[in-house]
Amino acid sequence: MDILIAGVGGQGIILASRALAAAAVAAGLPVRTAETIGMAQREGSVVSHVRLGVQEAGPLIPAGSAAILLALEPAEGCRHLRYLQPGGRALVAIDPVVPVMAALGKSPYPLAEILSYLQSNLAGCHCLAALDLARQAGSPRTLNLVMLGALTNLGLPFPADLLLAQALKLLPARVHTMNRRAFELGRSSGGAKK
Amino acid sequence: MPMLLMGNEAIARGAMEAGIHVATSYPGTPASEIMATLMRYAPETGIYCEWSVNEKVAVEIAAGASYAGARALVSMKQMGLNVAADAVMSLAYIGVQGGLVLVVADDPGPHSSQTEQDTRLFARFAGLPVLDPSCPREAYAMTKYAFALSETLNLPVIVRPTTRVSHACQDVEVGTIPPQSPVPGFRKDPRWVIMPSLAARQHVWLNKQQQRAAAEFAASPFNSLRQAGSIGVITSGASYYYVTEALDRLGVQLSLLKIGTPYPLPEEPVKEFLAGLTRVLVVEEQEPVVEDQAIRLAWRHGLPVALSGKHDGHLPREGEFNVATVTAALRRFLALGQESPAPALPAPPPLPTRPPLFCAGCPHRGSFYAFKQAARGQEVIFSGDIGCYTLGAAPPLNAMDTCLCMGASLGLAQGLARVQPGTRLVAFIGDSTFFHAGLPPLVNAVHQQTPLVVVVLDNETTAMTGHQSHPGLASRPGERMVDIARVARACGVETILTADPLDLEQAIAVARQALASPGPALVIFRHPCPQVAKPAGRYQVNQDTCISCRTCIEELGCPALAPAGDRVVIDATCTGCGLCARVCPAAAIEEVV
Repeated sequence: MDILIAGVGGQGIILASRALAAAAVAAGLPVRTAETIGMAQREGSVVSHVRLGVQEAGPLIPAGSAAILLALEPAEGCRHLRYLQPGGRALVAIDPVVPVMAALGKSPYPLAEILSYLQSNLAGCHCLAALDLARQAGSPRTLNLVMLGALTNLGLPFPADLLLAQALKLLPARVHTMNRRAFELGRSSGGAKK
Repeated sequence: MPMLLMGNEAIARGAMEAGIHVATSYPGTPASEIMATLMRYAPETGIYCEWSVNEKVAVEIAAGASYAGARALVSMKQMGLNVAADAVMSLAYIGVQGGLVLVVADDPGPHSSQTEQDTRLFARFAGLPVLDPSCPREAYAMTKYAFALSETLNLPVIVRPTTRVSHACQDVEVGTIPPQSPVPGFRKDPRWVIMPSLAARQHVWLNKQQQRAAAEFAASPFNSLRQAGSIGVITSGASYYYVTEALDRLGVQLSLLKIGTPYPLPEEPVKEFLAGLTRVLVVEEQEPVVEDQAIRLAWRHGLPVALSGKHDGHLPREGEFNVATVTAALRRFLALGQESPAPALPAPPPLPTRPPLFCAGCPHRGSFYAFKQAARGQEVIFSGDIGCYTLGAAPPLNAMDTCLCMGASLGLAQGLARVQPGTRLVAFIGDSTFFHAGLPPLVNAVHQQTPLVVVVLDNETTAMTGHQSHPGLASRPGERMVDIARVARACGVETILTADPLDLEQAIAVARQALASPGPALVIFRHPCPQVAKPAGRYQVNQDTCISCRTCIEELGCPALAPAGDRVVIDATCTGCGLCARVCPAAAIEEVV
C-alpha cells in the first residue's frame, strides 16, 4: 500500500511517515520511505513517500500509484494529486498555510476553488477540519496526529493502536497526552469511512 | 525483528559493526545523519566522533587514525569531497593501514546542493574503489564490507549513497556491534612521507591496485546477474529499483545486471553478461560511469553488442530518475510506443508557489533587513554564502547578489572590490561556514587591506543541515569554544562590531558604522536559531489600530504574518522576535502578555 503524505515544512510530515513505517515494521511488513530533508524543509513544499509491504521496489511512489494521499495542507494535496491511483482516496486538512509568496500577492491562493476542485473531482476525497481538532486536542502542532488518526479509518495493514504507539515513541513524553487526544479526535472524525 | 533505519543510519550501523575507532564529518545534506547517529551511540560504542571544521580536516584526522592501524569513517556530501580533494588525492598514493572509508552522499536533482557532481567519477579520477548502494539495506552491508576491502587494498574506499538511499527508510536486519579492538599503533616508516620519488613509485602501485580492486569486485555479491533473452539492462545504485519496477509495469523480462561496484568495473561478470546479448541499455543516474567502462570493455573484447544509455540520448545526465523516467526510456529502447495517458483530471486551480524561506523568528531576516536599511542610497553588492541565509535571496528581502560555494562570499567580494572601487562590498557568511572556509579569505582581505564588510551571521548552530555543532560552540565535554571576534582581531581586523539582529535599531546602527569604516570590518550578528531556542513569546496585531498598509508582510516576508481580509494576523508559528512590531508604522503590533 503506497501512501503519499504532502504538506509544508514544519507540519510534522517526517514524524508521520516514520510512525507509519515503524508500525509496519512492528507488524512484520517490509517498508520503504523517502523523505524531504534539508533546505526544502524551511516552509517549503514537502512530501514523504511511504510504501507499506513492498519488497522489490524503490522508495519513490510512481505517479498514479498511491492508494492514499494524506494532505496536511489543501494546496499541497492538490499539487501532488498526480501520485494518486485512479479511484484512490485522499484525506485532506482544509486549513491553508498561506505561503509568503501568496501573502505578498506574488502568487495566487484560491482556497475555496482548491477545496471544491478536490471534492468534485475525487470521489474518494475526505476533507477534514484538522486544525480545529488539533486546537481542541491542545495545540495546532498536533495536526499531524489528527491526520494519522483519521488515516486509520482508511484500512491500514496494521491496527490503529500500533500506529499511535509508534508515533508517541517519536515524541517527548510531555506532549503524549495532547497527541493521543489529537489522534483519537482524528480517528473519530468519522466521515473518512467509505 | 529488523530495525527501521534511514539509509544514513544504516551506514552508521555498518560502520559501528565494522569496529571503527574514529569518525569525522562536516555536516551536509544528504549526509548529516551518519555522524548524528554515530554520536548518539558513542557513549556505548566508545567511538571517537567529531564534527570537524571542514571536510579536508575530517579526512586528514581519519587518515591519521588509519596510519596507526585504526578503522576510521569520514562522511560528507559530494561537494565536501571537493574541499577534501587535496588530502584524498595524495592519500590514494600513500595508502592506508587501518580501514578508511569515505561515505560521500550525492544529490542528483539536486535537492540541497549547488551541483550534481558524480562521486563515482571522482573515485575514478582519484583511483579509489567505489560502492554504489541501491537501498539502505545495501548501504549497511556495503559500509561494513568497505573496511575489509580498504585493508585488503591498502586504499581508502568510497561508499556513494544518493539522496534516495540516504534519506530513505527501510527495514534492515542488523548484526552486533563488537567491543573496540586495540589499535596497533603508528609505525614510523618512510612510506608515510610523500616526496616526488615516492610519489612516482606509488603512482605505479596505485594503478596496479585498480586491477586488484576490479578482481576483488569480480566475485562481489553486490553485483548480480539474471539472464533472460538477448536484450539487457545494466544498472547501478538507486536506479536498480526504478528498473525492476519499470520492467514489472511494462510486463517484460530482460536480462539484468545490477552493479554495486561501479568503479573499477569488474571485467568478468560484465563480459559474461554482454557476451550473450545484442542490445543493452545502461541505466544510471548522473554521469555515464558504468556506461563508459562497459563500452570500453565491449570494444576491447570485440563484443558484437550495441550499448545504449546517455551517449545516445536514451537517458539524461542531469536530474534525478524515477520509475516514470526509466519506464519512458525502456519504452523508447524497446520501441514499445508511448504509454496511453491515464484519464486526466480537469486542470486544477492555480496553486501557490511555495519555495523554502526563513522561518518565523529567524534572526537572518533582521540581519539582511538591517543592512538593506543601512545601505540605502549607496552602491552596494551583497555577496552570500552557503547555509540557511542563502534564502535571503528570496523576496521580499532580495538581499543576496551572489552565492557560489562554501566561503566564497569573502573571496568574490574582494575580486569585485578590486574592479568596482565605488561599490561597497558586504559579505554575509554563517558561523559554521566562517570556520569551514572563511578564515583564509579573511586573512587575505586583511593582508591586502581590501575595503570589505564581513557579516558573520551567528545563530549558534549549523542550522540548514539539522543543527550540528561547530568550533564557535562548546557543545560537549572536552570542547573549547573558538571566539569569532577574537579570531578576527588576531587576524588583524580592526573594526569588529557585534549586535543582536533582532534589536533592529542597534543592528542598523552597527551596519551603518561598518559601512562607514575604511578597511576590512567585521560584524557579528548573533542570535540563536529559533528552531533550537525557546520562543521569546508571541506578538499580535491590534485590529483596531492596523492601518492595512501591509508594510510588515511586504518588508519582512515572515511566514507567521498572514493577510486576513485587508488586515494582517499573526499565527501560532510566531516566536516573539518582534521584528514586525519594529517595522509597523502604526504601532499596531504588540506583544501578547
